[in-house]
Amino acid sequence: MSGHSTFDPKNPALKWFEARLPILGLAHSSFVAYPTPKNLNYWWTFGAILSMMLGVQIITGIVLVMHYTPHVDMAFNSVEHIMRDVNYGWLIRYMHANGASMFFIAVYVHIFRGVYYGSYKDPREVLWILGVVIFLLMMATGFMGYVLPWGQMSLWGAIVITNLFSAIPFVGEAVTTWLWGGFAVDNPTLNRFFSLHYLLPFMIAGVVGLHVWALHVSGQNNPTGVEVKSSSDTVPFTPYATVKDAFGMVCFLIFFAWFLFYVPNYLGHADNYIPANPLSTPAHIVPEWYFLPFYAILRAIPDKLGGVIAMFAAIVVLFFLPWLDTSKVRSARYRPLYRQFFWVLLAVCLGLGYIGAMPPEGWYIVIGRLLTAYYFLHFLVILPLLGFIEKPLPLPASITEAVLAKNGAAKPAVGA
Amino acid sequence: MSAKTRPMTSVSALLKAAVIAVATFAVTAPALAAGPAHTPHREDWSWSGPFGHFDRGQLQRGFKVYREVCASCHGIKLVAFRNLMEDGGPEFSEGQIRLLASEYQVQDGPDESGEMFDRPGRLSDRFPSPFPNEQAARAAQGGAYPPDLSLIAKARTYTRGFWLSLLDLVTQYQEHGADYLHAVLVGYGQPVPADAHAQPGLHYNPYFPGGWIAMPNPLSDGQVEYTDGTPATVDQYSRDVTAFLAWTAEPHLEARKQLGFVVFIFLFVFAGLLYFTKKKVWSNVAH
Ligand code: HEC
Ligand code: HEM
Repeated sequence: MSGHSTFDPKNPALKWFEARLPILGLAHSSFVAYPTPKNLNYWWTFGAILSMMLGVQIITGIVLVMHYTPHVDMAFNSVEHIMRDVNYGWLIRYMHANGASMFFIAVYVHIFRGVYYGSYKDPREVLWILGVVIFLLMMATGFMGYVLPWGQMSLWGAIVITNLFSAIPFVGEAVTTWLWGGFAVDNPTLNRFFSLHYLLPFMIAGVVGLHVWALHVSGQNNPTGVEVKSSSDTVPFTPYATVKDAFGMVCFLIFFAWFLFYVPNYLGHADNYIPANPLSTPAHIVPEWYFLPFYAILRAIPDKLGGVIAMFAAIVVLFFLPWLDTSKVRSARYRPLYRQFFWVLLAVCLGLGYIGAMPPEGWYIVIGRLLTAYYFLHFLVILPLLGFIEKPLPLPASITEAVLAKNGAAKPAVGA
Repeated sequence: MSAKTRPMTSVSALLKAAVIAVATFAVTAPALAAGPAHTPHREDWSWSGPFGHFDRGQLQRGFKVYREVCASCHGIKLVAFRNLMEDGGPEFSEGQIRLLASEYQVQDGPDESGEMFDRPGRLSDRFPSPFPNEQAARAAQGGAYPPDLSLIAKARTYTRGFWLSLLDLVTQYQEHGADYLHAVLVGYGQPVPADAHAQPGLHYNPYFPGGWIAMPNPLSDGQVEYTDGTPATVDQYSRDVTAFLAWTAEPHLEARKQLGFVVFIFLFVFAGLLYFTKKKVWSNVAH
């Protein structure tokens, strides 16, 4: 954003190196000098929290692999070996298992932050799309990771999800057999899931790099949704954003530690402490909590292929969000109608999560269908129309003006 | 595993049938059985809460109950003899455990002539299971399978509903499995409801899903001798063996909670320092 790097090392060795590979200058302009809007709130610390969690997952994952055995006869016991015999193995394993959930909590907050403040709009469409790609990769990673301990839920979750592909017309059967590497979820499936589970986080890291790059081209959005106009609207990333992000990360770690040390199995499923058994179906097959809204959409459609299409469409629609939202105003702060629909959407997503955890019977089916219909209605009908119907509140002329109005006794500039 | 001995196609057909059944009616199995199971009573366990720890005496008694009663049908194959003397567990003395291990015969080998042989157990061995495999266990138990108990306290739970589950997150209630075990062990001998059909070879136990369990009532008063003055009752045996099984399922529970407390103090202090640093840094900028 700031054009040429202002990084100017004094040390001759650094000078020499910088002339050949200006990577320190890149780091400097990205994380030190980078101008960040001065009115960001704590919802903006979740990007840093996500980066931290990716690091936690990769580090704990690599240590787990040192002790884990990807074979149907040994995987379950190797995880228990980690829990019992490896020094602090229980800590590493619980960090990784709960870390995945924390990662998703953070990503959901991050996504809804973007939805509230209109961060996906021009000029940040590519940034947003890269985010949705990261989300997809995370879902694939989380799903395949859950299969690795090879408990009952690992196996049966894998069976249910891979079977979805058999709904594809004509080639469905062939595709599923190909995914399984055989005629059932078995050792070849476990091995390829393991391989991909190791690979995908590094792909995520790569896409995160692009995501941050795109961010630094367009600059950060901010709670007013008004673009940065002058340098008085911004502060340098270091120390301002650094210390705020650090505080946010430590608060998030406190939240994480509650699960990790006191209720480490709360987000898991008891059945996954039973070794996988292809001949005994668990009474209740439920995916990890972070898939529940999508699982509810899948089950809302009475037809299998239709359900699969709806589930994928629920994510695909996010790619088009920058164009589905027709309003010129970014932040929900200045969009009185959109703001209400935002909270309805959030409630609908939470409701879908609840329905996803319930058995598909009676009223749950009806409510699941209504919520699914509303989810698509929001993106495909309400959002496009709202841009034309809604009368936005007057925008502040700049971030600085909004800040002054907020801190001043009266609030003349905002006017609302 | 057993699936591999069958022809692949029948397994995949079976799986597919099961998947279709499951994907459409995720709760058929318990719903078809004889009504919902009774909800276990919530007990007061010494290891619950942020400062929870096991009671050594209770774990030692629980191990005695396991060994004298349950071990004839159930294994604890993930537990090694040495675990019984490690910190955070029953903490038997090394001498006691060496003696204990030597009373078991463990298969080893092959020797120079290629034969497998039995030898007395060592500290590093895991508990040998009572049956060589699931089929042998079923054959001996009239078709029912007594599961390995190493992880049973974490592998069983009961549903509390959405709002109570949220509350459990805050109150750290996570001993659902232990409460269930205790409820099942003391849940025998209740009057069979008129509408429940007696099942041959099964025993009525309203806490077991479906109400009919293949395990005969394993405990009776006075069955195991306690030398520390603890009452030798079914209720006490059940509590003690449940505590023991909670420990086998989570042998590092105490270390986890202790480390957690230290980490919490560290994080709170760190967060406080960062908060004031942040305030200071931002004090010269309106935001
Ligand atoms: C005579 C053999 C026998 C003895 C002794 C025995 N059990 Fe069992 N147990 C079984 C069988 C068989 C089952 C399988 C029940 C079923 O699936 O219906 C079982 C099941 C269980 C279960 C699982 C219940 C569930 O939810 O699936 C637990 C827990 C259990 N036993 C604990 C114990 C404990 C603790 C003891 C010692 C106090 C004990 N058992 C003694 C035979 C035995
Ligand atoms: C995007 C980051 C990641 C996510 C979201 C993720 C998610 C998960 C999940 C949900 C599980 C199942 C946890 C359980 O119940 O035990 C798991 C297990 C596992 N993961 Fe990851 N993971 C990530 C990165 C990694 C990386 C980078 C590695 C290795 C380099 C790795 C290696 C493993 C291994 C070996 C297991 C099996 C052991 C276990 O079950 O605890 N993971 N992962």
